Amino acid sequence: MKGGTSLWVGGGLVGLAVLVGVLAPWIHLTDPVLAANLMNAEIPPGREFPFGTDAQGRDIYSRIVHGARISLTVGVISQIANTLIGVTLGLTAGYWGGWWDDLVSGLTNLMLAIPSLIFALAIMAILGPGLTSLLIALGLTSWSYSCRIARAQALSLKSQGYVQAARILGYGDLRIMFTQLLPNMLGPLIVIATLGMGGAILAEATLSFLGLGIRPPYPSWGSMLSEARDQITTAPWLSVFPGLAIFFTVLGLNLLGDGLRDILDPQSVARRT
Amino acid sequence: MLAVLVRRLLNVVPTIAAVVALVFLLFSVLPGSFISGMNEDGRTTIDPAVMERMRKEMGLDDPLAERFVKYLGRTAIGDLGTSFRTREPVTKLIADRLWPSLKLTFAAMLFAIAIGVPLGFVAALKQGSVLDTASMVGAISGLSLPKFWLGLMLMYLFALQLKWLPSFGYGDGGLRHLTLPAIALGVSPMALLARTTRAAVLDVLNADFVRTARSKGMGESRVVTWHVMRNALVLVVTTIGLQFGSLMGQAVVVEKLFSWPGVGSLLVDSVFQRDIPAVQGCILLIVFFFLAINTLIDLAYVLIDPRIRYG
Repeated sequence: MKGGTSLWVGGGLVGLAVLVGVLAPWIHLTDPVLAANLMNAEIPPGREFPFGTDAQGRDIYSRIVHGARISLTVGVISQIANTLIGVTLGLTAGYWGGWWDDLVSGLTNLMLAIPSLIFALAIMAILGPGLTSLLIALGLTSWSYSCRIARAQALSLKSQGYVQAARILGYGDLRIMFTQLLPNMLGPLIVIATLGMGGAILAEATLSFLGLGIRPPYPSWGSMLSEARDQITTAPWLSVFPGLAIFFTVLGLNLLGDGLRDILDPQSVARRT
Repeated sequence: MLAVLVRRLLNVVPTIAAVVALVFLLFSVLPGSFISGMNEDGRTTIDPAVMERMRKEMGLDDPLAERFVKYLGRTAIGDLGTSFRTREPVTKLIADRLWPSLKLTFAAMLFAIAIGVPLGFVAALKQGSVLDTASMVGAISGLSLPKFWLGLMLMYLFALQLKWLPSFGYGDGGLRHLTLPAIALGVSPMALLARTTRAAVLDVLNADFVRTARSKGMGESRVVTWHVMRNALVLVVTTIGLQFGSLMGQAVVVEKLFSWPGVGSLLVDSVFQRDIPAVQGCILLIVFFFLAINTLIDLAYVLIDPRIRYG
């Protein structure tokens, strides 16, 4: 797919998800948690309930609309945390070098050796379910990519003429890092954060599906699927719509990341995967 | 070859030690021990006297440093402790689950390689064609699918509606039970492999030596098999290694969905039963599998690319 197309399609999907999440209290039909009514249980999609209702008679559409808030919150906040950690470690390691660089590189390799989902699962097991635990678990476990990029960029940029010039002008280390190095590595970092957001949303859904993330009755797409699993024979629509919501949101972020990469980080053939 | 192996092993040992330490500390230092958590989640209430006895029995009251040294010593000789729940050695629990786990991971990876690599290859050779666009749209969609949802949909379609395959369970461990979980697990590495292969082949197609080969009159099929395939292989093999290594961890949710008796479902069940030694053991095994596969891949480089001869 051409860079332009994926940028627009991805941007459109992500924009739609954000819009739905922000407007959730105004566009929902009923309350996503409280409006349970056993008289309405397991009604297939139709005029009154566009996506049908679940075993407690709650409107699936309203729950999906609110689920967007949880997914996007987890995606955005965990990626901000990962980027801050990764950039701080990577930038200082690449710029200062020495024992600090060895330490950071060792830590990065350690993080890469533990699959981030497993690491997050372990943290959730200790902290218990809930949004705060999820933000901690996902915000601390996948900074190794942005760290590696920031370190590599800092290493190659620090010998550039303008950085040397800044040093001669008497700029301090921190000032050089923030005003000279950081702006020149933002492109690849934005790309990684966008793709990471999709990964975090998938991880949240997975953990909630396993019962370790957001617990019912709160409408996370993953926990909705976990409840839907038992009713797949009698009410398959319960499993279809939350899954589509995850798929299109993550697809949007992945397409947006691809499209941004073509603009912001054109040389990265090796990282084009 | 031997030198490379020794070198790699020397690199891996500190990582393993660090992971062992991390897995121990994670479950010992962070607030909320598993035993106190038993009361907090409100599902069970335990008599304080019983809790006291449990803590003693499990050695949770010993000083941290002492427990740490003991844990390191035990783990180094392959003793992963005793399960809180079944009172069996964790190594035995894991050993019972290992074969189903390996079977699922291998099957998923085989599926991913058999479809992903040829797809990416053809897409690159026919760059810009309908086939190229379609396979890349398919690939990015495959990367965006939640595995458990894909599994759920496959289960609904092929097991519940068409009744071609069993919906869950291990059965006799044969192909019929293996197919759906392996596809659910294999789709995202397949998609990633298709994208990597395409990017690697496109990169090589623009290389000087390919132009030289063409300009000296080498036939296109020979150029592709002699020059392009071999050079693109390094990146493809790297991706296969990284994906394969992390697949046992990714399998957790698929195993749980299909009630597949692997290490992943043991991990999740142990988390819910607050069986710390089993949780630690499963995590260590998953990390060890990742490191082992990647060491093997490093050795494979030497065979593929004669330029790579580490020191």
